[in-house]
Amino acid sequence: MTGNTIVEVKNLKKYFHTKKGMLHAVDDVSFTIDKGETLGLVGESGCGKSTLGRVMIRLLEATSGEVRFYGDDILKYSSGRMKDMRKRVQIVFQDPYSSLNPRLSVSDLISEPLLVNRVCGSTAERTGRVLELMDTVGLARRLVNSYPHELDGGRRQRIGIARSLALSPEFIVLDEPVSALDVCIQAQVLNLLNSLQKQFGYTYVFISHNLSVVKHVSDRIAVMYLGKIVEMSDYQSLFKEPLHPYTQALLSAIPIPKVGEKRDRLILEGDVPSPIEPPDGCRFAGRCFYRQEICTRKTPELHEIEPGRFVACHFARNLSRRSS
Amino acid sequence: MEDRKLILDIQDLSIQYRVEGGTVHAVENLNLALGYGENLGFVGETGAGKTTTALGIMRLVPDPPGRITSGRILFEGADLLRKTEDEMRSIRGGKIAMIFQDPMTSLNPVMTVDKQIAEMVLLHNDVTERQALDRAVEMLELVGIRSERARDYPHQFSGGMKQRVVIAIALACNPILLIADEPTTALDVTIQAQVLELMRELRRKINTSLVMITHDLGIVAEMCDKVAIMYAGRVVEYATTEALYNRPVHPYTEGLFNSIPDIDRDEEELKVIQGLMPDPTNLPSGCPFHPRCPYAVESCSREAPGMVEIEPGHLVACPVRTEHRLNSVGWKGGAGR
Repeated sequence: MTGNTIVEVKNLKKYFHTKKGMLHAVDDVSFTIDKGETLGLVGESGCGKSTLGRVMIRLLEATSGEVRFYGDDILKYSSGRMKDMRKRVQIVFQDPYSSLNPRLSVSDLISEPLLVNRVCGSTAERTGRVLELMDTVGLARRLVNSYPHELDGGRRQRIGIARSLALSPEFIVLDEPVSALDVCIQAQVLNLLNSLQKQFGYTYVFISHNLSVVKHVSDRIAVMYLGKIVEMSDYQSLFKEPLHPYTQALLSAIPIPKVGEKRDRLILEGDVPSPIEPPDGCRFAGRCFYRQEICTRKTPELHEIEPGRFVACHFARNLSRRSS
Repeated sequence: MEDRKLILDIQDLSIQYRVEGGTVHAVENLNLALGYGENLGFVGETGAGKTTTALGIMRLVPDPPGRITSGRILFEGADLLRKTEDEMRSIRGGKIAMIFQDPMTSLNPVMTVDKQIAEMVLLHNDVTERQALDRAVEMLELVGIRSERARDYPHQFSGGMKQRVVIAIALACNPILLIADEPTTALDVTIQAQVLELMRELRRKINTSLVMITHDLGIVAEMCDKVAIMYAGRVVEYATTEALYNRPVHPYTEGLFNSIPDIDRDEEELKVIQGLMPDPTNLPSGCPFHPRCPYAVESCSREAPGMVEIEPGHLVACPVRTEHRLNSVGWKGGAGR
């Protein structure tokens, strides 16, 4: 842990009670995030990435574990103290079509966080702040009285971003912020997020299933599979030399928009198993092409096998040697 | 164009939707040709008219509000727009089959999957129910679903498996043309890889022509020999995959490629296409892309561009770029290159 750490997540778990048993959505996850960096969180549907994002800012209560913000465990905060904290940690939701109240105008939507947290005293001050935020996220001022249904997805997502920036947070969870958008609009929003980070020094957790997008925005990337982080490292090493078999399969599955380049494809068999009462051992063992006897017996821990490179696989070292 | 044998030849197709407040020109003067055994990728953003075109080929455009206002759709030389509803019914699912985007909603939730496949077989073939069910099991095995799961209901399958069932239904009657509308968009990337691999394998076995509608240029690179890029109801560029990916000419195609983060390279900022898709009830005059186009000249707002063939089989609807290109090619040729 360096002096620059803003968030430290330790042994975080989130289980849900279901009829069929305990669903392990996030299962013993630990990592740190430095100030001003972007941590990408990738995985397929149901791997627990969104749940992790929500538990980190207490939109969901954790089952156990710690989330330290500047060394202080925010999971222990009283609701009053947490409310103050919420000004500093914000979230942008995936679907700009359903995360905005259709009956509020753009100005109402952006001033809502200001009102709730009583940060701008006078109406004039608030209107000023709303317009300033609209400028920041690139929404034309003439749209101030429009309603969400009059705007396209990209603009709606800009409203979502403006809402999250309203209280000048330090740490923002971006939960699939561009997944619902077409590629051209997606590129515009990605550029916006990038320039905002440069300008204001935000720290991001960027949750996405799209690996090329995650690579584009992230400094470090954590790959999740069934509630666990299976690999975490800086984005370059992860893409150049993925160590965990799941990461290898995931990367090789991306269709690349180029012709004439042959890539070795690892096609995984079967589907992601159920996260309800998962058996002991490696969660990925059932689909893994390097599976050994130990894999179904013993759960691999996330180990730092090189500085900054974490892998949860019994054979990570062997695999890396094999591929190099 | 006439010399190769075409399975599908769309000429000047226009499809409109009449809505409150105007007419949506969903497809405008679209021309497209597909040879036997070819795989065509049909790429564009939301609202470009990809799905409407596919529905047009199947004569499934909801009327009202939709209407095919002009054009011809020649399928094996005969105009589909002149067929009777009865004739169309036997073509749909028979010679032309379609895979829809969302496997969760395109299956009947209260019917076992073998019956759903058999339903298709019975409709198009003179067979007994027993034979149809046998064929269903055979099809399920072909797409990698074990026969003991034939009597299961859709909710018992995962998303990827459901899409396999949908593919089995589509292929049950040996179609010669398969239209796949975003067949893997609802699936996770590792499951998508499985389904695409399956489709590639089946294509080798069955040799169906394929129209693959998608917004993902990566999938097209893997699956298709030809690509048509669509913008605001028109095809703006049409070429072999190799030519289009290595030498894109239309400004929109170029912008589309620049918008995708490159997985092999680090880029600080993505080059974006400025502005938004135009309102389909109020398209700009001339070239519909001109308000967003960095190369636009004054005449672009006046004249709708026609397709120009800049090299064999590579057609582009942009006079500015093609003129420049043809000239520069000519000049380079003159310099002895």
